[in-house]
Amino acid sequence: MFKILRDLLRYNIEFTIGFILTLAIFLFALAHFWAPMPDTAIYLLPPDMPPSAEYWFGTTSRGQDVLWQMSSAIWNTMLFGLSVTILSRLFAVAVGMISGYLGGKWDEFLMTINDTMIALPNIPILLLVYFVMRDQMSWPVLALTAALLGWNYDARLIRSVTLSLRNREFTRHAVFAGMSVPQILVRQHLPYVMPVIFFTAMNNLIWAIGLEVTLSVLGFSDINRPTIGGMIYWANQHQAIIAGIWWWIAFPIIAVVLLFLGLFLLAISVNEYIDPRSRLSRMGA
Amino acid sequence: MDGFAKYLVRRFFQFFLVIFLGVSLAFLITNLSPVDPVEQSVSLMTSFGATDPRSVELMRSALEELYGLQGTMLDQYLSFWGRVLRGDFGPSLSAFPTPVMSLIMGALPWTIGLLTLALIITWSLGNLLGALAGYYRSNVLLKLSGAAVMALHPVPAYIIGLVLLLAFGFIWPVLPISGGAQMNLQPGFTFEYIRSLILHGTLPALTLVLVGIGSWFISMRSLVSNIVTDDHVVYAELGGVNSSKIFSQYVARNALLPQLTGLALSLGNVFGGAVITEFLFNYPGVGRLLIQGIYRGDYSLVLGVTTMSIISVAVAVFIIDLLYPLIDPRVRLG
Repeated sequence: MFKILRDLLRYNIEFTIGFILTLAIFLFALAHFWAPMPDTAIYLLPPDMPPSAEYWFGTTSRGQDVLWQMSSAIWNTMLFGLSVTILSRLFAVAVGMISGYLGGKWDEFLMTINDTMIALPNIPILLLVYFVMRDQMSWPVLALTAALLGWNYDARLIRSVTLSLRNREFTRHAVFAGMSVPQILVRQHLPYVMPVIFFTAMNNLIWAIGLEVTLSVLGFSDINRPTIGGMIYWANQHQAIIAGIWWWIAFPIIAVVLLFLGLFLLAISVNEYIDPRSRLSRMGA
Repeated sequence: MDGFAKYLVRRFFQFFLVIFLGVSLAFLITNLSPVDPVEQSVSLMTSFGATDPRSVELMRSALEELYGLQGTMLDQYLSFWGRVLRGDFGPSLSAFPTPVMSLIMGALPWTIGLLTLALIITWSLGNLLGALAGYYRSNVLLKLSGAAVMALHPVPAYIIGLVLLLAFGFIWPVLPISGGAQMNLQPGFTFEYIRSLILHGTLPALTLVLVGIGSWFISMRSLVSNIVTDDHVVYAELGGVNSSKIFSQYVARNALLPQLTGLALSLGNVFGGAVITEFLFNYPGVGRLLIQGIYRGDYSLVLGVTTMSIISVAVAVFIIDLLYPLIDPRVRLG
């Protein structure tokens, strides 16, 4: 594991940049545990202070320090993204592997459901869920809803990998050796599916974070819990752009763009590592 | 049965299944939630002052009837289907007494226009650039444009739109940032009105293009770079077919098939981006209608827009599926 990481850092520039960016943002988010003030408190500081030596990124119209708000916000946003990713991986792996291994009628049934889910527009459904839940909408509920909507593409991908494993020699050996279906899936096939899971997880994480930013920018989440989208929501509520409080909006946007860039570079370099063809083309073959 | 008919039947089945499950899902979400829409609407209306308890009671039963919340769950489900089929979602509460359906029908052309235009530009430009980048792998200009669109692709629509809005609305104010056309112009086929339409649509469309183009670029580039190593391409190269013909006839044409399937699969997501973009630029489409409905607590409007957007996306996917056999002869021949 560490050897792979070292090699990637040494030979893959995209991975190195992505790794450093993501690590820096993670450490910045981690710092919120040592914040000098609670992240939900408002009107603690003089409002609308531009960036200065005392307040590096300025303060908001609600009397909060933009720097510490951002630190908590990125943490909460990443926590949401990771929860969605882990939950939706469980669905995707279960459906994809079962569908691919069992084949036949089961495969047809599961994939019909899967394709139907793909064709449903996510955002209107999420907005409807928020609308009917209103104040009872907490971030774990939102994460579960997003996970239920975000597994279907990847289930198809995992299915296609399992489908090709089904007819391989070792699967037949395992069946003749008396292994049960769950045993075969977990002990024999899962290791082959792992790279796909990992790659789709990166993409899913990016998707989930984007979803969180989008929903909280509109105010459709717990608005008192700091998140990146939530900061932009409050800045819009206070007309920060018109009032000239640019630092309230600019720093969250820069942070979120850097976060996406870091994760995206990680995702493509991991994909390149997993897919040997693109490694060959890098070597000039 | 020949291949084409088989394909049609399958697609038709899938189309109905999407609508059936989507509409049922919308019903289930609204019915299984712990929040009662009637109570919500009542509290919204009584929050402006004291109201006679008797009239509140009347209002409650009127709303229950309006929302089809009387009888058992099955009755409600069937009556919901009845209303969907009739296209009757009742009057909007925030724009009383305009029916929800006429609000949606007024907004739908804007969304369809914006989305169709943005999708055509995104899909063709993304695939063209991606195919060129996959075929001419050492071209520096293509590599740079690829890096640019790929870096933009994971950023959510709202952020890209907001940056464009700040750039072209505040820092360098050259484009209108709100609405679908100039307010005081009479809609019609006049030069003024069409010019205003195009100017107002530029930023929302640009947002959607910038958000969407990267994923087409990435998938097309990897498809093309795989096809380039295929035997038939190598054979054509050895046979001396000129490279522009190899590119268009041997490589790009084959790579376009999965991209068309991808277009159908991506429509749901693209629609989500359009909802956000419309709201940001105050564009008079269904997305803005939906978000306004949520802010105003307008139950029938939100349910109506959600249901209609599920159905419209399904119809659009079905239309693309119907185009597919025209391009892929294997489907026709079975």
